[in-house]
Amino acid sequence: MWFLENAWLIPVIPSVGFAVILLFGRRLPLKGSEVGLASMLASLVLSVGAAAQWIHRVPSGEAYVGPVIRQWTWWQIGGEKFTIGTHIDGLAVTLLFVVALISTLVQLYSIEYLRGDRRYTHFFAALTLFSAGMLCMVAAESTIEFILGWEIMGLCSFMLIGHWWEDGANSRAALKAFLTVRCGDVGLLVGISMMFWGAHSFSIQKINEWAMSGTGSKTLLLWGAVALFIACIGKSGQFPLHTWLPDAMAGPTPVSSLLHSSTMVVAGVYLVARFYPVFYQGFHIADGGINLVCLIGGITVVIAAAVAFVQNDIKKVLAYSTVSQLGYMVMGLGVGAWTPAVFHIFTHAFFKACLFLGAGSVSHSGSHHSFDMKKDMGGLARKMPVTAATFIVSTLALAGIFPLAGFWSKDAILAAAGDHGYRLFMVVGLVGAFLTAAYMARCVYLTFFGQARGAAAGLHAHDQAEVGAGGSEHEEEPVVVHVGAGSHAVADAHDAQAGHDDHGAAGPHESNWLLTLPLVVLSFGAAFAGLLNAEGFHIDNFTRWVQPRIAEGVAAFPKIEPTTFKWGDAMLSVAIAAVGLVVGFLVCRAVYERDLAKDLTKRNRLAGIGYGFLWNKYYLDVLYEKVVVAAVSGPISNAAYWVNQHVIDGFVNAVGVGGREAGDWVYRNVDQRAIDGTVSGVALGVEGSGSLLRRLQTGKVQQYGALLFAAAAIGALVLVIVV
Amino acid sequence: MHLTDNNWLLSAAVFVPLLGALVVMAVPKAYEREIKVVALLTALATAGIGVALLSLFDYGNAQKLQFFTDRSWIPVIHARYIMGLDGLGLPLLILSMVIVVLVIVYSWDHIPEPGNPKAFLALILILEVGMNGTFVAQDLILFFVFFEVVLLPMYFMIGVWGGEQRQYAAIKFFLYTLFGSALMLLGFLALFFKTGAESFSIEYLAAHSSSIVHSTQLWIFGGLFMGFAIKVPMFPFHTWLPDAHTQAPTQGSVILAAILLKLGTFGFVRIAIPVLPGAATTWAPWIALLAVIGIIYGALACLAQTDMKRLIAFSSVAHMGFVMLGISTLTSFGINAAMFGMVAHGLITGMLFFIAGSVKERYHTLEIRRLGGLLKQAPHLGWILGFCAMASLGLPGLAGFWGEFPAILSSYQPAKGLPVETFRTFMVVAAIGTVLAASYLLWLFQRTAFGEPSEEFSHHHISDMHAPEWIAWTPLLAAIVVLGLLPNLLFKVLDPAIVHTTLSAFKG
Amino acid sequence: MLVNEFLLLGAFLFSTGVYGVLVRRNAVLVLMSVELILNAVNINLVAFALRDGGVEGQVFALFVIAVAAAEVGVGLALVLLIYRNRRSIALDELSQMKG
Repeated sequence: MWFLENAWLIPVIPSVGFAVILLFGRRLPLKGSEVGLASMLASLVLSVGAAAQWIHRVPSGEAYVGPVIRQWTWWQIGGEKFTIGTHIDGLAVTLLFVVALISTLVQLYSIEYLRGDRRYTHFFAALTLFSAGMLCMVAAESTIEFILGWEIMGLCSFMLIGHWWEDGANSRAALKAFLTVRCGDVGLLVGISMMFWGAHSFSIQKINEWAMSGTGSKTLLLWGAVALFIACIGKSGQFPLHTWLPDAMAGPTPVSSLLHSSTMVVAGVYLVARFYPVFYQGFHIADGGINLVCLIGGITVVIAAAVAFVQNDIKKVLAYSTVSQLGYMVMGLGVGAWTPAVFHIFTHAFFKACLFLGAGSVSHSGSHHSFDMKKDMGGLARKMPVTAATFIVSTLALAGIFPLAGFWSKDAILAAAGDHGYRLFMVVGLVGAFLTAAYMARCVYLTFFGQARGAAAGLHAHDQAEVGAGGSEHEEEPVVVHVGAGSHAVADAHDAQAGHDDHGAAGPHESNWLLTLPLVVLSFGAAFAGLLNAEGFHIDNFTRWVQPRIAEGVAAFPKIEPTTFKWGDAMLSVAIAAVGLVVGFLVCRAVYERDLAKDLTKRNRLAGIGYGFLWNKYYLDVLYEKVVVAAVSGPISNAAYWVNQHVIDGFVNAVGVGGREAGDWVYRNVDQRAIDGTVSGVALGVEGSGSLLRRLQTGKVQQYGALLFAAAAIGALVLVIVV
Repeated sequence: MHLTDNNWLLSAAVFVPLLGALVVMAVPKAYEREIKVVALLTALATAGIGVALLSLFDYGNAQKLQFFTDRSWIPVIHARYIMGLDGLGLPLLILSMVIVVLVIVYSWDHIPEPGNPKAFLALILILEVGMNGTFVAQDLILFFVFFEVVLLPMYFMIGVWGGEQRQYAAIKFFLYTLFGSALMLLGFLALFFKTGAESFSIEYLAAHSSSIVHSTQLWIFGGLFMGFAIKVPMFPFHTWLPDAHTQAPTQGSVILAAILLKLGTFGFVRIAIPVLPGAATTWAPWIALLAVIGIIYGALACLAQTDMKRLIAFSSVAHMGFVMLGISTLTSFGINAAMFGMVAHGLITGMLFFIAGSVKERYHTLEIRRLGGLLKQAPHLGWILGFCAMASLGLPGLAGFWGEFPAILSSYQPAKGLPVETFRTFMVVAAIGTVLAASYLLWLFQRTAFGEPSEEFSHHHISDMHAPEWIAWTPLLAAIVVLGLLPNLLFKVLDPAIVHTTLSAFKG
Repeated sequence: MLVNEFLLLGAFLFSTGVYGVLVRRNAVLVLMSVELILNAVNINLVAFALRDGGVEGQVFALFVIAVAAAEVGVGLALVLLIYRNRRSIALDELSQMKG
């Protein structure tokens, strides 16, 4: 139980590693990479230990096994204390293992890949912090801790995508990634708030129990699920917030391999898997038919696969493939295939990371830092056998060929879709499988087979490796508008002082062991990891270890009927995939070798429009960048500011001016005229009455006497009459 | 009810800076170094008193007013000299002391045009008197005095040491805020008279305010609202802020952003809500509406800015929107979020203004168009700007998150009597506001720090950070991280005070 | 004793005197009219003394005679001085105290 109870060490060790690298990295002999690698190895060992202990804990059969939860008080409000801690169960252990393993391999890979880079230490610091963040999120016991890990990952993604920020395209891609995911995070904040008020707790276990208990309001569950799903859409690159993922390829390839294929982008799927009761109850997944989750997943599978066909940048192909596979996982969760989806996370991590690292290996040693398949690759299978072999194994696994890993997980999703009443999505999945096989065939063909072109042929085209080169124009392009800076094939912008020593004039060659060892390890995983749940052979270890158990009164997970494996359906999907591979291969040979489709898009209007539509990624980037972002950062914000300066501040200034004018007016009219006028008026009045009275002063005695006498007479009269 | 009566510690905390200011004014103008030393020693002494307060504070009784003193002051109008410190005032008081120390350290070789450190530092110390006093005063007239004391020094700071349009900005700041304060004073007087003209003590008024008719309560609250809302600043009373911040010297902007804005929100939490809970409930949805408009509007205005300091100024409007949203929910989550957000905003935006000042010093411009490549020319400065941008947008693990998320959380379930659907709509709008916050901050960071230095400055030697900047900024940066990871340091102190004082009338 | 005739005589003399004071231009004549008034008052006083039998009226009349004599003396002295200065004693020409 030690590993399970001390699982808190797993994210903490890399965090400490991050701090060490940040503060001391530059002074260390290997510039900090040794600290990063060591901390990831430590996490890996602890994760493996935790996995082993969990497996040991879970007996076969149906007996209930609860998660291992540890909590510490973190903060308090309103007298209530809220916790931080670890929540370890099968799902957590799976992801911990995947993240730790891939992180370790990528760190190893990066030592060679980024040798000589201008910000080597920084890179390792960010990479280590990322792993710490994701491990924290995976092991999180409370939703606030979950958010913490989630956002730390976003921060590291920003830093790593924009690693070569001297080039504007890279920093723009970093911003695009962060902001698009942040849009999804609105849902995360709102959803977690709603869950808190529903379950009156931040504890993930309690929220799941509350969701299953049936006491929650249906509306709350539905809208909470919608909100949380929006977060998933953003983070896991689902339609319509997927546009940031391909642009994220601007970062160094190890980053793409770790974050943007196997781990970080899976976080959204993990969110749905972790809070599955909320989604299951909220969207009534048990009822079959259609729901938001599988709909979005299904759409994503197809549209991403379609766009992958028109990419010339190998990393972009893999990026769209990732989006499509994430769609599979989400779709799986949406049709009630929880365990298959989680299993797909597990298998996908192996072959996708291998594919990306393979692409990096090709660029590093084969195509002189270019990722353009059309311009600088081709025929590399002979020159780079290990890379090619691992790449092809992973491709077959991705396509879902028996008995490699991808077959078992993907097929399980499709079978469950059929069984649970989501037949439409089973068809979607099969279509996606065909497309996947086909575009991956194209990718493999262009990279490893056929004629060597450009750098692969030994021509060091320096100008092509230039940063943000517009090297994606080519003969087949119709008359369409290029959209967005990040859509160009961005070459790995290595420094001038980067290690060119190992290339010399040798041309393409196999990579260093530091690059190929991770490839080999991962390809083994791609080949054999699927056997953990080879249902056709009645092996269901993965299900047994990972799927949460239910007991009387302790339901934190819905009851899902297992799907029986049917060989017939499985072989059908394999056949479809195989056909896709063959067709893809043949078409490629026809188009690229024998130029049979030369100028097809120019000759055929429909093909041209279709191609243009795909090339411009359904004009979504136009919508987002040119319409939404431009409007908000341009006219709308300027309008708000105009209102501020002219209306509101105008009012304030008018008040100020008005006050001064009022003061003037009051002074002129009231003070000077009215009041002072009154004062002067009084004086005038006195003067007037004075001059009137003066006329009495004649100076004549007799008159004075007369006045006296008159007064006396009147007085006497009054006296006599009155008295 | 009160611990430690007739205690002089708080009065010392408030008036020691005044003594320091007097000493500074006595030193002849030419002895610049001596003046700086005296000012720094005074600030450190005050901070020392702060440390003493921290260690003597009874954390188990954070809801009680501690270091209490109640003396006769102006008997004719029943105004007493009442001071006390509870969990509400403690964090802000400490923040005020710390910021003043750091500002004075920063001023060591950063006295702006036209010089005269004597007057400048004396004004900062007088500002501290006002700020510290506001946070500990428990009598409305005393509160009002300290509330107004901060106006004049800031007016002079902006008007004498400010930028090109300093006269306009200074007078606008002064008159606008004074206008609000006048209405606030009316409110105070009305409270006094309507409760029987007995006392201005906040405790007394809170206990007896139920005797005031509801419609009168609404008007009184309106008066208080004007005074505090202009200070916060809330939309649409915010237009003094961008001008004041842009034209003020760096130290002025830091103090303005870090502390002065908090006087307004603190006023709501300390006075307006505990004394007039009924009126607060009626006003709350409107306050929330203005707060949420402020969040979105402030963010949009930020996106339109071309001057870095003005952008940071508008971001203050947006952040204070979150604080006011939290306050308007009248729940423990919301007000805790607001108080935490006040401290976090003080640290983070204070840092941002420091950075802006340093950028201005090196590049002699803050026009974003002309800046760029800061990470190349002054990497430490650039990364700290990035760190602060991340903190400002509310990244978990840093202090800003705890000011934003609980506010959003509390909006889902506001206090009894408040319209739930309205507040839930506000919650979603505020969450969208976080996206806008990320966009303007990261866009600013991208334009100023990433990329290559612009043509204009690529050949200039731009120095990276030097000693006074490191010394002044490290405590703030450390605090941002520590509070982000260990929020209970603040919540432990704030929560009891809020539950027992501010929300004592809102049971349930 | 019937006193009416004396009062009537006194009233007649008084009115004549008042007429003279107010209308006559000659200063000496005005003084003479003042004497008439005073003597009219004397007749009044004595008449009432006769009726009531006491001597107060008569004593007062003696006072009035004495005062009248003094007053005439001063008055005529003033008239003489005026004549010396202005060569005329027409009262309506003396208006130097006009306001």
